[in-house]
Amino acid sequence: MSEKRIALQLKNITKSFGDKYANKNVSLDVYHGEILSVLGENGSGKTSLMNVVAGIYTPDSGQIFIDGKEASINSPKDAFSFNVGMIHQHFKLVDVFNATENIVLGIDDEKGFDLKKARTRIIEIAGKYGFIIDPDKKIYDMSVSEKQTVEIIRVLYRGADILILDEPTAVLTPQETQVLFDVLRRMRDDGKAIIIITHKLHEVLSLSDRVAVLRKAEYVGTVITAQTNEKQLTEMMVGVKTELNIHRDEPVNPSSRLIVSDINCKNREGVTVLKNISFEAKSGEILGIAGIAGSGQRELLEAVAGLQKIESGDILYIDPKTQEKEDLRNKTPMQIRDMGVRLSFVPEDRLGMGLVGNMGIVDNMMLRSYKRGPLIFLSRKEPKYLADEIIERLHISTPDAETPVRRLSGGNVQKVLVGREIAAAPTVFMAAYPVRGLDIGASYTIYDLLNEQKQNGVAVIFVGEDLDVLIELCDRIMVLSGGTVSGIVNARQTTKEEIGLLMTKSKEDSKNAQ
Amino acid sequence: MHSKDTNAKNITTQINEPLFHVTKRAQISWQKSWAIRIIAIASSLVICALIIVLITGLNPLTVYSAIFDGSFSSERKIWNLLRELSMLLCVSLAVTPAFKMKFWNIGAEGQGLVGALASAACMIYLGDKLPNSNLLLVMLLSSLAAGALWGFIPAYFKAKFNTNETLFTLMMNYIAIQLVAYFVLLWENPKGSSIVGIINSSTGAGYLPVIGGKQYLLPILIVALVTGVMYIYLRYTKQGYEISVVGESQNTAKYVGINVKKVIIRTMIISGALCGLAGFLFVSGIDYTINANLIGGLGFTAIMVSWLAKFNPVYMIMSSFLIVFLDRGASEIATDFRLNESIADALTGIILFFIIGSEFFIQYQLKFRKRGNNK
Amino acid sequence: MIVTFLSRAVGQAIPLLFGSTGEIITEKSGNLNLGIPGIMYMGGCAGIMGAYIYEHSVAVPSPALCVLIPLLASIIGSGFLALIYSFLTITLRANQNVTGLAITTFGIGFSDFFGGSLVGMMDGDGQLSVMRSSGYFKKTLPFADKLGEVGELFFSYGFLAYVAIIIAIASAWFLRRTRAGLQLRAVGENPATADAAGINVAKYKYLATCIGGIIAGLGGLYFIMDYTGGSWTSGGFGDRGWLAIAIVIFATWKPNVGILGSLVFGGLYIAYYYTGDLGRRVGELFKMLPYIVTIIVLVITSMRSKKENQPPEHLGLPYFREER
Repeated sequence: MSEKRIALQLKNITKSFGDKYANKNVSLDVYHGEILSVLGENGSGKTSLMNVVAGIYTPDSGQIFIDGKEASINSPKDAFSFNVGMIHQHFKLVDVFNATENIVLGIDDEKGFDLKKARTRIIEIAGKYGFIIDPDKKIYDMSVSEKQTVEIIRVLYRGADILILDEPTAVLTPQETQVLFDVLRRMRDDGKAIIIITHKLHEVLSLSDRVAVLRKAEYVGTVITAQTNEKQLTEMMVGVKTELNIHRDEPVNPSSRLIVSDINCKNREGVTVLKNISFEAKSGEILGIAGIAGSGQRELLEAVAGLQKIESGDILYIDPKTQEKEDLRNKTPMQIRDMGVRLSFVPEDRLGMGLVGNMGIVDNMMLRSYKRGPLIFLSRKEPKYLADEIIERLHISTPDAETPVRRLSGGNVQKVLVGREIAAAPTVFMAAYPVRGLDIGASYTIYDLLNEQKQNGVAVIFVGEDLDVLIELCDRIMVLSGGTVSGIVNARQTTKEEIGLLMTKSKEDSKNAQ
Repeated sequence: MHSKDTNAKNITTQINEPLFHVTKRAQISWQKSWAIRIIAIASSLVICALIIVLITGLNPLTVYSAIFDGSFSSERKIWNLLRELSMLLCVSLAVTPAFKMKFWNIGAEGQGLVGALASAACMIYLGDKLPNSNLLLVMLLSSLAAGALWGFIPAYFKAKFNTNETLFTLMMNYIAIQLVAYFVLLWENPKGSSIVGIINSSTGAGYLPVIGGKQYLLPILIVALVTGVMYIYLRYTKQGYEISVVGESQNTAKYVGINVKKVIIRTMIISGALCGLAGFLFVSGIDYTINANLIGGLGFTAIMVSWLAKFNPVYMIMSSFLIVFLDRGASEIATDFRLNESIADALTGIILFFIIGSEFFIQYQLKFRKRGNNK
Repeated sequence: MIVTFLSRAVGQAIPLLFGSTGEIITEKSGNLNLGIPGIMYMGGCAGIMGAYIYEHSVAVPSPALCVLIPLLASIIGSGFLALIYSFLTITLRANQNVTGLAITTFGIGFSDFFGGSLVGMMDGDGQLSVMRSSGYFKKTLPFADKLGEVGELFFSYGFLAYVAIIIAIASAWFLRRTRAGLQLRAVGENPATADAAGINVAKYKYLATCIGGIIAGLGGLYFIMDYTGGSWTSGGFGDRGWLAIAIVIFATWKPNVGILGSLVFGGLYIAYYYTGDLGRRVGELFKMLPYIVTIIVLVITSMRSKKENQPPEHLGLPYFREER
């Protein structure tokens, strides 16, 4: 390692959004001819840190050195001029253009404009590193992995020596992942410095030379891959358990309320996002769902709520009074409600889905119930009463019940949404990341509300990202990984390490490892 | 010309060195937002007066008093003001539910024309076959149906295939115009004149009753009623609520189980039918004839009226008053000072530029950089 | 008769071609400029005003200036309106539909006002008419008459007609084959991607909208100086501006297809002269055809959803980098 040159060095990078730190005094370095993994849980600041390097964010303080010289990077263009290129999780490509056109887009310094010459160079680059690419194929005809190839070649075409890949394998099949890794190894052997952001441990171990770990915006340390193991990395990633003292009662008379068996579903792009998911939600119990972001949490909740089409499998609802079973599979939200199923759902996208940002609390209260009553007219009386009650009971700070909710703070917005969903007296209550972005006080209010629902005999499903919270709040925790259930554990007995390992390991992963 | 120079300067400053950045306002008090609008209108009036003074060499005050005279100097002018105001308002109300749903219906002109065509056809073919009250009812219903059809067609394709509604409704206007042109020639009276002339001038069949000797009173009252109904529809009915939700976020609409396609089609049928009502009022209560220019561009002006009023029917009374008042004032100046009356449109255009531009300062604020970190 | 019809159709097609080429370039940047009808009026009116003022201010107008002055005036007039549109929609992020319609209101009002009052304001008499300058605009190639029908069909037009075709072909080439063309299309399709690739989105939008407006304005200039022989009639330009917008759809945003579209629409526009016994009435129905054809094209492209024939993806939407 000693003869290697340092490619990129970060010193004490701090970046904050409002009063929250995304990165706090983070320092790390990468050498030419090396693959460095940046490992961390969701929200640990990996992507923010790399966006600083790529010129998307400007850091509050700290220095960036490239090839030993201090670099000031204020835009993606600056980053390119320092030979830094980043491949984002969400591809930035023009759909109606072909690969070549996308690759040359925005390059102004070349003499002449010759797509044929560009095409030849693209084929050269592809040949050199073993990419498979059709330079004339339109982006809209491409699979996700082909699009990713275009993104990587674009960066190389622009002459990048330092490549940053944000969760490059999240969207790939195992076979595609292997091809990508081979390419990355060849690029490393060619002297490129490569940083990959990931949270899949086996990938880290099989691909990288060193691993840098971030946790809660702070830098934990860097280890040499050959000298570490999954257990050590997981410990570095999740840290020691912190006591939160969230109240938890024993479930009272739990009985089956929702039985999900073997559901499969695909997203709009036709990619399978849920694979053979089966579980049971019981009354009087909080079922936690843990997993890396994008493991199928959203699709699962939306499938139950009637917003996501299911390819196969069943979702059975058991009526608490009659014990009759009803199939919710591929019903619309309206049909589900008309069947008398009292299902409440707090979606992840609060203002884009759960609420209407430009409406006041009263009108938002009506979203679920506006059809009530025989007349063509709305009745604002009950919603008004409900709004006032929620404002008072949940201590929502707002000028009045008519102020557009988008003007409220994140915590208050969430209280409005959760309050409305609870007011519907649900028998099943699903919440996706209900405390994301909330301060401690507001978070505890939400935990209390969930506990209250549990005591009332509601089956609560809670999708969370903070493992400490999941472990202290829930009764059982189901872990999703890559669209499959990698395990269901008893929250009272489990450890963060156990969940962390389940999150980063799926059946397929273990198959590949063999 | 003055405004051009400042515009050009602003552009270069923004592109070359971001001395300030633009952020969306979290909120703005209504006083402040109205103050911004009033400043915009006032400055546009100053510019307009300057232009007129440059052209005519008159005292600006004379110009302003002429603007006022355009609407209020005689009883006849007041009635004309009210008539124009109510017809513009009627079309503006018609396009509003569609806009609230973020469906860009710029086809009000065509929807109104086919409505007028339907009424005229009833007057011509049924004028001597039905008693007047029945005839009026048939006219009204056929106008509503014709307008609704003209609104339904683009809405269906929008809901089904996401066909661009702006371009579709725009084209529908010209189909309606040509359709009317065809029927005008079919019905022309006298032969060879290329105009239809006053329909049923001897019998008055299909004419709205004149209340208290005031020809325009009934149409005005009808529009007043529609204004109230539309206000209630948008604000107090379940359908109006659905329109708001779909317009704000289709995701939220799906989340609560609203059938978005159904709402799009239903709303455009209502929008088209109301344009048809405007056509009916023109034929049966105001002009008693039909020609391709009957709606006279109201469909386009209505878009601006509705948008300026933030889709609120009550504010729309004010914004359509503003536009009609300025337009009549400009016409008055044109007549008084023997100018071509197209100056009215040019001045209206200038005023609109200012109002449109002022919305930016209501929604956004400029924050000047304190630290020069982006140089 | 066929040749006469075709050459007349070409005369009708040229203003439409200028308009549609200008609008295509504008729309490729993501701006749906409904102000084009007003801008075309303005281009024509400013041109004739320039010509009139020049003809009446010198004793012996020079042929070169008789062409250059109206041309320059037209460019300034339409460019100015396009600049207002750009400033309002790009810098001030105003709604494109509302702004465009206001531009059209202003452009037509302004043109009809000055078109109708300029003569009086300059203490002249009669109509606004510039026969001399128009003569230069109408000048055809000297050998056109000698070539009979071929000459009538291909060489019987003033120079602006050829300019229109050259601009259309050049625009098609520009959009398909040049770096700036590629980047302009990227701006209209996906401004966020263009921005991330280091393209100055605002600059491209401004340039495309203003250049597009100027090209469209030449359509108005051709109509006044060549087609109508240099005399202004109020409202004479009619709805050609909207027809130009229709051709953009018909041509599925390709300027070279726009040439064909303009010819077809130009032909349909005057086809009623040739319907003979069917009479004027059917002529009005004929005039409906271009719009029906446009709608059919619009519906079919949206049904087939072939990506190449769709409107630019970001058409009609404002762009600003999200505030961090």
